[in-house]
Amino acid sequence: MYEYLDQDEDRQVHADGPPSAEATGRAVIRLLATRLLTTLVTLAGVAVIVFFVIRVVPGNPIAMMLPPGATDEDIARLSALYGLDKPMVTQFGIWVAGVLQGDFGTSITTRQPVLDLVLGRLPATLELAIMALVLAVILGGTAALIGTRFRGGRREGAIDVANGMALSVPDFLWGLVLILLFGVLWPIFHISGRVTPSLDLPFTTDFYLFESLLRLRFDLWADIVAHMFMPALALAIPLAAIIGQLLKQSLKETMNLDYVTLARTKGYGETRVILREALRNAALPTLTLVGVQFTFLIGGTVIIERLFSYEGLGNMAIDAVINRDLPLIQGIVLLFALIFTGVNLIVDLLYAVLNPRLRHA
Amino acid sequence: MLDAKGMDGRSLIRRRAGLRLWLSAGWLTLLCLAALFAPWIAPKDPLAQDLFLGRMPPFWMAGSEPGYWLGTDSLGRDVLSRIIHGARVALTVALVAGVITCLIGATLGLLAGFLRGWVDMVISRLIDIWMAFPPVLFSILLIAVLGPGLISIIIAIVVIDWTRFARVVRAEAMAQGAMDYVASARVAGRGRIGIMLREILPNVLPTICVLLTLEMGIAVIVEAILSFVNLSISTDDPTWGGMISEGRTAIHQAWWVLVFPLITLFLTVLSFSQLGEGLKDRFDPVLR
Repeated sequence: MYEYLDQDEDRQVHADGPPSAEATGRAVIRLLATRLLTTLVTLAGVAVIVFFVIRVVPGNPIAMMLPPGATDEDIARLSALYGLDKPMVTQFGIWVAGVLQGDFGTSITTRQPVLDLVLGRLPATLELAIMALVLAVILGGTAALIGTRFRGGRREGAIDVANGMALSVPDFLWGLVLILLFGVLWPIFHISGRVTPSLDLPFTTDFYLFESLLRLRFDLWADIVAHMFMPALALAIPLAAIIGQLLKQSLKETMNLDYVTLARTKGYGETRVILREALRNAALPTLTLVGVQFTFLIGGTVIIERLFSYEGLGNMAIDAVINRDLPLIQGIVLLFALIFTGVNLIVDLLYAVLNPRLRHA
Repeated sequence: MLDAKGMDGRSLIRRRAGLRLWLSAGWLTLLCLAALFAPWIAPKDPLAQDLFLGRMPPFWMAGSEPGYWLGTDSLGRDVLSRIIHGARVALTVALVAGVITCLIGATLGLLAGFLRGWVDMVISRLIDIWMAFPPVLFSILLIAVLGPGLISIIIAIVVIDWTRFARVVRAEAMAQGAMDYVASARVAGRGRIGIMLREILPNVLPTICVLLTLEMGIAVIVEAILSFVNLSISTDDPTWGGMISEGRTAIHQAWWVLVFPLITLFLTVLSFSQLGEGLKDRFDPVLR
């Protein structure tokens, strides 16, 4: 009924009226160009560093893959096959040329193309990371809303304490705590693997969680969730705390703005004011933060996957380091870097599109 | 009425923060003492194996062995003694790695934030590149390169975490550099290095202290993670991460091998972090 009033107040919050679509477009394109350039520089830097750092690793990977009785001649022949006998700079040139054509080399331990191996594991890690993100948003969002609704009271104090705890302790320790609580003390979840090995999997893709839903195989879906839930929760807890803190802070600030007071004078209840009026304006700073923190979460999957023996990219990466599988390490690190920089790029662009203040800058 | 309530709230926050600060400092002091006097405090030799005493439960449970308060691991080594000796590794890493990381990161951040120009360009690009590495994988990679050992762990932490300091200090230094007092110092004819060290640094120092405290907690965790993937010191030396790793595999047979080091690690990390947060509140002019 008073919709137009709300909208007027919205604009007040944004301080400067609606910018022209053209100006927005130009600013976004300029931002996109500079960010793409820096992203390329970053990826090139990562490629150089990882390539040369792992070649300092002691231990000949070729000697490790041959049986004990192998002669020096065998080692030399196999080294030549993998191109490891050439000078390092030449090796780097060959690798980069291959990567640009989509060829990431061959894994030394499994003798399969690195790209196939990595793409085979990526879905597991992506599903884990996305589930963790969803959990973090739900937990953190709920904490922030409850904290704002009952601000100044005991409940807000309790939420602050819980947030502080969750933030202070990293995902690795939460994972261990969860294993003890829900794997041993009250064993309701699986503590290792991605799916019960004895189950017959009808999947054609590696996105088990999504595909089981699409195929309406809820028995499989439940099994996969029971495996994923604890690692995802361990990853989600620190992020949930960050979301909870920041969203609560901006919600409380928003609750003091004029347009919220106006909504209150219209007789809306406190809960409705928070959900319908304040949340929309308070969510933007949290959104950009979630984007940046999401990359940290993906980085955390490495050790969490190890902890829960979850067959994802991170677990494969640690095995690759232990086995000195140079091409595989290079491929995985580059893929991680690509994901990190990609997420950051998307967040920056979203921020530019969503934030009216930045459009004029 | 409202004012009085606000005052109460603030003093309540201050009191709570004070308690938090004291509890954390207390635990860390206790840990430092345990580490310093480990050979005298520890009831048993942390390396002594006794296969007849394998997986003895802690003292309150049936079948426990007197003298082994927190039970033994699968090789019959005393869990309590190993935790006490493990504190030495954990705190050495926290202190040494934390301070070196802080010195390098803060210096680079200060230079980038105050000098700007090409220095800032180079350092910022480096930070970008570093941020694109998954940190845990990066540290495991570095340990594989450097070989296991205490010094390798410290180097790995410094190499990976300097960006934490550099990023924050750079932003702080930029903000401080734009303030009037810096401009007036410049008008007064002070040199750039002089301004950076005499004017900017003292104002950034509280932030650096907070970051350093937090970094020490992170260093303890990184050491534990590296021990967990068996890349830390050696498998014999007692480390919390190594104990946790062993406890994780024997979780259904001997939970105490995992639980006690985990609690110790948890409290230590929590304490460093709460100490850092408490210091932040102390330095916060609004609460002061």
